[in-house]
Amino acid sequence: MTTARMREKIAFFVLGLITLLVVIPILMIIFYIVKNSIGSISWEFITQSPRNGMKEGGIFPAIVGTIVLIIGTMLFSLPLGVLSAVYLVEYARDNFFTRLIKLSVVNLSGIPSIVYGLFGFTLFVLFLKLGTSILAGSLTLAIMSLPVIITATKEALESVPLSFREISLSLGATKWQTVRYCVLPYAIPGILTGTVLSLSRAAGETAPILFTVAAFYLPRLPRSLFDQVMALPYHLYVISTQVPNIPVSISFATCFVLIGLVFLMNLVSIILRSHYRKKKLW
Amino acid sequence: MEFAPKIETVGLNLHYGDFHALQDVNIKIPAQNITAMIGPSGCGKSTLLRCFNRMNDLIEHTRVEGGIIIDEHDILKPEADLISIRRKVGMVFQRPNVFDLSIYNNLRFGLRIHRMLNKRDEVMEAIEHGLEHVGLWQELKDKLKKSALTLTLEQQQRLCIARVLILKPEIILLDEPCSALDPVSTLKIEDLLRVLKHEYTLVIVTHNMQQAARVSDYTGFMYLGKLIEFGNTKQVFTNPMEKLTENYISGRFG
Ligand SMILES: Nc1ncnc2c1ncn2[C@@H]1O[C@H](COP(=O)(O)OP(=O)(O)OP(=O)(O)O)[C@@H](O)[C@H]1O
Ligand SMILES: [Mg+2]
Repeated sequence: MTTARMREKIAFFVLGLITLLVVIPILMIIFYIVKNSIGSISWEFITQSPRNGMKEGGIFPAIVGTIVLIIGTMLFSLPLGVLSAVYLVEYARDNFFTRLIKLSVVNLSGIPSIVYGLFGFTLFVLFLKLGTSILAGSLTLAIMSLPVIITATKEALESVPLSFREISLSLGATKWQTVRYCVLPYAIPGILTGTVLSLSRAAGETAPILFTVAAFYLPRLPRSLFDQVMALPYHLYVISTQVPNIPVSISFATCFVLIGLVFLMNLVSIILRSHYRKKKLW
Repeated sequence: MEFAPKIETVGLNLHYGDFHALQDVNIKIPAQNITAMIGPSGCGKSTLLRCFNRMNDLIEHTRVEGGIIIDEHDILKPEADLISIRRKVGMVFQRPNVFDLSIYNNLRFGLRIHRMLNKRDEVMEAIEHGLEHVGLWQELKDKLKKSALTLTLEQQQRLCIARVLILKPEIILLDEPCSALDPVSTLKIEDLLRVLKHEYTLVIVTHNMQQAARVSDYTGFMYLGKLIEFGNTKQVFTNPMEKLTENYISGRFG
């Protein structure tokens, strides 16, 4: 064997090993969580309210709360994010102003989540008088999710070849028709990936909801957008640090549910992606 | 040359940023004929063609001056309606760029965006007519639901032409429509163009001088952004007035 081929083999082996190293911690975390939560996870756990100082019962209100927050976040951030990206990529001329916007979008994704939390608290809860509510929490999480959605959508739109736009426009389509029929359908997989990524992050964040929506203990389900809710990450924080003598398996089971929820979202996005890949005209 | 021009440019200048890509182009393109634009690479053939349906609007920092008169309307005027211009002046590109959709939906696309023909059988009739026109109906009538990407390149290019025809244009611009095709398909497309010229005004950009000589009635020769010569194809090829044209045609450069 020549040395070049030898070297290539070694390189492949090393690269494979490194890739494996990346996967190992993820698998270990999942294994660890599953192993430790096995005693507590049950049908009752996911369908009932907490009882007896949260030492017994389930986490149903927190699951509902988190789902409500994810949906609320998506309702605000998805249209806003996608439309902003469409504007930046398809409509905006390249000038100082648009470059400034693009730069801020990139920088926004680097801001710590607690800053978003405080910002949401002052703007939505206090200034706009929404109170600690689903509305305030969703809006805060939405603002936090925007940069990732905008960036992902921008990249997805930019990867659609210029020639697609050219054909459409040359057939007399308006700019919007072109975006709607010839660009967005091809960008949907990328947009979905970005959206799910940022919503997954939003689902697991504690800091932004801390002052804007999360309730310490609220077994009753929310009735309006101005209610508070329990949420999984905050609940996890509470039972792990604020309430003494809670079996660890309950914490781990809560983790398990949170991860399961995120996993479910990814599954939905995979299904949607393959659906849109088959059917480009929508 | 005495004819009523379908397209006429008056002192047309185009700048890409600092680059002067079209320099004082005055050309008259006759109706219901095939006009070929030839010239070495980068001389501005595509740029000129793309002026006729204002596709250069898409490129930032492009400045166009002068006039382009189609049927007595200057399409460069700010009040000109881009959408109706592009419907009237169809374009076929170098790569047969069908949409990644079914054959049916490729053809329906234009109808949809222009809100033409909503009834199913009217749409079907238009599609049949369009495919018939480009000689694809017999081959494809049972495969309309199949992806257009499964067709051969020649069929795809024909489909692209049908997609333009279905909108009832008056002018069809073709930018090197055969450069991705094999010689046999090229000849077949040329036959199609000869049929189409009875109803439409065709302008074709080509690198292939034999093709220009074979298919066109009029030929324009461009060089470094200028229109050097324009005339009857036979005359341009056999008895060019300009030295540059002669050199190019005889293959001394380009
Ligand atoms: N978007 C653009 N920005 C800047 N310069 C451009 C742009 N498009 C074309 N040009 C320049 O304008 C000149 C004419 O280009 P054009 O595409 O019209 O040439 P062409 O005659 O069609 O060449 P080819 O035969 O290679 O297709 C070239 O020198 C090219 O580099
Ligand atoms: Mg060209």
